[in-house]
Amino acid sequence: MTTMTYLSAIGQAQLEAMEEDERVVVLGEDIRSNLYGTAPGFVEKFGRERVWDTPISEEGFAGLGAGAAMTGLRPIVDLTYASFMYMAMDQFVNQVAKNRYMFGGQATIPIVYRASMFYGSSMAAHHSDRPYPMFMNVPGLTILAPATPYDARGLLKSAVRMDDPVVIFEDATLWFAKQDLPDEPYDVPIGVANVVREGDDVTLVAISGSVPHAVKACEQLAEEGIAVELIDPRTLVPMDTEAILASVRRTGRLVIADPAHRTCGAAAEISAVVAEEAFDALRGPIRRVTTPDIQIPYSPALEKGLYPTPERIAAALRQSVGAVGAGTSA
Amino acid sequence: MTDVAQPLRLEVDDLLEMQRRMIRVRLFDEAVKRFAKRGEIAGSAHLSLGQEAEVVGACYALRDDDWMTGNHRSHGHPIGKGSPLGPLMAEIFGKRTGVCKGKGGSMHLADFRVGSLGESGVVGSAVPIATGAAFTAKVLGTDQVSLCFFGDGGANQGVLHESMNLASIWKLPVIYLCENNHYAVTTPASEATSVANIADRAVAYSMPGVTVEDGQDVLAVHRAVDDAVEHARAGGGPSLVEVKTYRYSEHSEGLRHAGVYRPDDEHAYWLSRDPIVRFRGVLSQEHDVDGETLDALEAEVKAEVDEAVKFARDSEFPEPAEAYEDLYSTRVVTPAPTA
Ligand SMILES: Cc1ncc(C[n+]2csc(CCOP(=O)(O)OP(=O)(O)O)c2C)c(N)n1
Ligand SMILES: [Mg+2]
Repeated sequence: MTTMTYLSAIGQAQLEAMEEDERVVVLGEDIRSNLYGTAPGFVEKFGRERVWDTPISEEGFAGLGAGAAMTGLRPIVDLTYASFMYMAMDQFVNQVAKNRYMFGGQATIPIVYRASMFYGSSMAAHHSDRPYPMFMNVPGLTILAPATPYDARGLLKSAVRMDDPVVIFEDATLWFAKQDLPDEPYDVPIGVANVVREGDDVTLVAISGSVPHAVKACEQLAEEGIAVELIDPRTLVPMDTEAILASVRRTGRLVIADPAHRTCGAAAEISAVVAEEAFDALRGPIRRVTTPDIQIPYSPALEKGLYPTPERIAAALRQSVGAVGAGTSA
Repeated sequence: MTDVAQPLRLEVDDLLEMQRRMIRVRLFDEAVKRFAKRGEIAGSAHLSLGQEAEVVGACYALRDDDWMTGNHRSHGHPIGKGSPLGPLMAEIFGKRTGVCKGKGGSMHLADFRVGSLGESGVVGSAVPIATGAAFTAKVLGTDQVSLCFFGDGGANQGVLHESMNLASIWKLPVIYLCENNHYAVTTPASEATSVANIADRAVAYSMPGVTVEDGQDVLAVHRAVDDAVEHARAGGGPSLVEVKTYRYSEHSEGLRHAGVYRPDDEHAYWLSRDPIVRFRGVLSQEHDVDGETLDALEAEVKAEVDEAVKFARDSEFPEPAEAYEDLYSTRVVTPAPTA
């Protein structure tokens, strides 16, 4: 066992992937200098032919990576901040997601895009996006949102091995979270949710950076005698809806904590699936704890309260089990 | 680059093969035009009639294992690279036997067996894909090259400029081939472009830039692209080749628009320089190919296109359930019960 942070776990996964397969190359801005800390010593170890610093041309290098993947490489493309993915939106939506389908299965596109959601740090609206719901709306992408160092490492390993394009949304609020990880390489399977905590009273689905807050909320509720089942989907596409439905069928109640915006978000999608497929099991309304549909302001005084917190999640859980009067939890 | 001297590497057989491929593009698209008019072909179709010399001249400079991407006007590109006609035509007819199983259609032909990595209906969008293929060649140390077709309209997309810069700094073996047919739908290139010749932009990316003024001369195009390919294979990096040409048809089949955007006499002028007619002249006058041989070649291609049309029309449409296949390599999408 070695103690690793979320960031160093990502670096470890990249290292293993590069060692295991020569076709794996990493590219992005300021990679060779290891600015973000996920490519330590890579140039010395693998050479410049496998570690590429790109110009600030997100659309160009996102597409270049896809073309490389279609012709024999297995690139890992680091977009750094998720907010910069919009520059490359055409490539994600029109090429990366569509090429296999449009060409009748001829294209195999084994590429991993990494993007960090850098919110909660007074970076204001241009650097604080959590845009995974937009990408969930694009058929053809596989979308991961790891919430622990263990999952960040294992899911990235699975992603690199996959023959389809994968987008990994990393949560910068978790960058320095620590965990003891195995010394041996391991994979975390794509499409399998993690039941973080078992309980019979209410199901809580938490996504990405909301997971640690959800854990705290569960602990509070436990003290109040309420047993929460906490599920981290880990993979947003394909979503392990079976795990969520099975839990809701048992508890009859659902709360979702999702740091993305509310409208058409991941929480909205999970709500819809449960409402469609487990309506008869529900004993009360589904509740979403999300970031409201507002841009992210600069001042810490303004930003702090916008994301799901342990308090907001706990309040929604109490409402769900009827421990307090009804109300909304936006 | 208006030098029409025959490149040394071409034998008469090569010249005949180029003529064959130009006629294939011509007759293929004439068939598409007919069936689009009759309503047997769905959606839109953008034809390369008039542009056969640049299509074939460029593709013929490639090896079988080289890569290529196209755009919305790209029936000719896979044909130029040697893709069989039947599955291409079947794709345009929306059939299961189509090269993309009926999922791509006219604007998205792809035949990976001949290095055709697909075509993009979104203007400019496939440019980084071709650039990425060249990146693979560079990283793996092969001597493959990548040929990227785009139009005078596509020349103004930002992603082309990002890609040319990337290709330049990394010396990627890619040839950016601008098919300048002088219009983007109805907008004249002269009104939409900051430079007199699009190839002038090569200077900004420190790569060779060549304008082939006579893009109706298949050998002139071939020579320019062949030079660029040689430069790329030798590790010299990318080139920008612009070819001046003309499309005989409207932007797309059945497109109706008010207003005139092309002068009356323009069409007649370009028809008088038809690439296939001209090259037939070159073959008989400069290479002693007799008329019988040339007639036979045309007849063979006509039979080939007829056969392709028959194959396409006789083929089955896909079953509706096949819409759910080919999105992921690892799983078939299952529709939700209420979808
Ligand atoms: C990004 C984008 N913008 C607009 C269009 C609509 N459109 C399709 S073809 C075309 C003109 C393209 O002109 P050009 O690149 O010169 O190619 P040509 O049709 O002349 O061969 C336009 C505007 C599109 N398909 N994609
Ligand atoms: Mg044009």
